[in-house]
Amino acid sequence: MKTIMKYVVADLIRNKVIVVYAIILAVLSFSVLSIDENPAKGLLSLLNVTLLFVPLISILFATIYYFNSIEFIELLLAQPVRRNKVLLAEYAGLTISLSLAYLLGVGLPVMIISPNLAAITLLMSGFLLTLIFTAIALLIFVLFKDKTKGIGAAIAAAMFFTLLFDGLLLIFIYSFNEYPIDKAVLGITAFNPVDLARILMLLQLDVAVLMGYSGALFKKFLGTGTGSVYVVICMLFWVLLPLMLSVRVFRKKDL
Amino acid sequence: MIHINALTKSFGSFKALDNISLNFAKGRTVSLLGPNGSGKTTLIKSILGLVIPDKGTISINDKQIGNDWQYRSHIGYMPQIGRYPENMTIGQVIKMIKDIRKDNVQYDEELITQLGVDKISSKTMRSLSGGTRQKVSACLAFLFSPGILILDEPTAGLDPLASEILKDKIIQECNKGKLVLITSHILSDLDGITNDVVYLQDGKLIFYKSVDELQHMTSETKLNKMIASVMRNEHTKTADI
Repeated sequence: MKTIMKYVVADLIRNKVIVVYAIILAVLSFSVLSIDENPAKGLLSLLNVTLLFVPLISILFATIYYFNSIEFIELLLAQPVRRNKVLLAEYAGLTISLSLAYLLGVGLPVMIISPNLAAITLLMSGFLLTLIFTAIALLIFVLFKDKTKGIGAAIAAAMFFTLLFDGLLLIFIYSFNEYPIDKAVLGITAFNPVDLARILMLLQLDVAVLMGYSGALFKKFLGTGTGSVYVVICMLFWVLLPLMLSVRVFRKKDL
Repeated sequence: MIHINALTKSFGSFKALDNISLNFAKGRTVSLLGPNGSGKTTLIKSILGLVIPDKGTISINDKQIGNDWQYRSHIGYMPQIGRYPENMTIGQVIKMIKDIRKDNVQYDEELITQLGVDKISSKTMRSLSGGTRQKVSACLAFLFSPGILILDEPTAGLDPLASEILKDKIIQECNKGKLVLITSHILSDLDGITNDVVYLQDGKLIFYKSVDELQHMTSETKLNKMIASVMRNEHTKTADI
C-alpha cells in the first residue's frame, strides 16, 4: 500500500491544480492577515475561506481524480495486491497531497504572522475537512459508475454541507423554538462536518457573538476543552465511516 | 491451467456471460472472438478478478479464485485502454509495478528494448500517444514472464512494426509453454499466432475449436475466412431448425 501511495503522491504534487490551489491559498492568507491589525479577525476571515473552499475543492478534485484513475486502478488490481489496499492507497495519496497544499498555503503564512493556539486550531480544522471530503469523494466514486453523475453528486454533497444544511437547521430551530431543543441542535450539528469545523475554531477564539446558535450552545454545555474533544471525535467519525463504507462497497464492485 | 465452470454474470437485466464453461491448457494461444458486447472483456475481467461473477467458478492452476489475490502473480495483463497517472514518467510506471510485484525479481525486459520504450523512459504519460501507451502496457504485461498472459486488443493502435514485434513475442512465449489469451477484432493479426478460437455471442459460447479443426471443417486457410464460413453455416443451421 505504501508503494502505491508514494507514487500517487509523486504524481499529484506535480499536478497543476494542486499547485495552483496552494498558491491561491497562500496569497489569500498573506493578504488577509496583513490587512488587519487584529490577527483574530484575520484568522476568522481565513476560517471562512477554509470552510467554503476546502470542502468544495477537496471533494471535486478528489472525485475527478478517482474517476480519471479508473483504468489505472484496474491495472493495479490486475497485479497481486488486495483490493482494499489499492483503494486506500489512492485515498491516502490524495489526502496527503491536498492536505500538504492546504498546510503549506494557509499554514505557512499563518505560522509566520500569528503563531498561536487559534492558528493551529484553524489548520487542524482545515486538515480534518480535507480528510473528510476526500473520503466522501471516495464513497461517491465507488457508488457511481458514471463520471458525470459522480461529479454531480460531489457538487451536490458539497453544497448540502456548506449551504443547505444550515438553512435546514435554521428552519428546524425556527419551527420548534417553543420547545427545549438546545441538546437536539447540538446532536444535529454532528451531522455536518463543516459546522463541526466552524465550532472547533470558534471555541478557541473568544468571539461568542460570531459563534451563532450552535456554537454558543457548545460553549455553554461543554466548555472549550470537552467541546473541542467532542468535535474532533465527531470529525474523525466523518473520516472513518465513508472510508469503511467505501471499502465494503468496493469489495463487490465490478470494474 | 485455467478452468472455468458455468460462469454467469449479468449487469442489470443484460446478460454479459451466460453459463460459460471453458478449459485453457498451457502452451496454447487462445483467441477470444465475437462482436462488440459479446462478453469477451467481461470474461477476461472475471479471470482477473475485476468483475465478480454471479454464478460459476474459475480455477487457476487447480486453485479456485475467490477472495484470494495472490493468484494474480501468475498473470500478466495488457488492458484495452492504458491510462496512467499523467505526471508519472514511463520509467516511474515500470518501477512502480516492479515495486508492487516484489515477489518476482527476474524481469523480462526484451520488449522494453525491442519497442524502444527504454529510450523514452523519462517522458511523462500525459505526453504520450495512444500507441505509445499501448507499448508501455505491453511491456508491463510481459515484464514478469508470468505463466498466463491476458491481452485485450493488443494490436489495436500499434504501428505495423511494433505489432509484428509483439506477435513474435507472443509466439515465443507460447512456445515456452505459456498460456496466452487474446481478444481482437483484427483477425488477420491473429493469423499464425493463435492455436484455438473461442467464439462468443450475446454472452453465450458459440464454439471453441482449434484452428486445425476449423481448417479441416471449412477448407480455408485464412482465419477470417474460416470464421465467416463457420458463422454462415451456423446461420443456415439455425434457419433450418
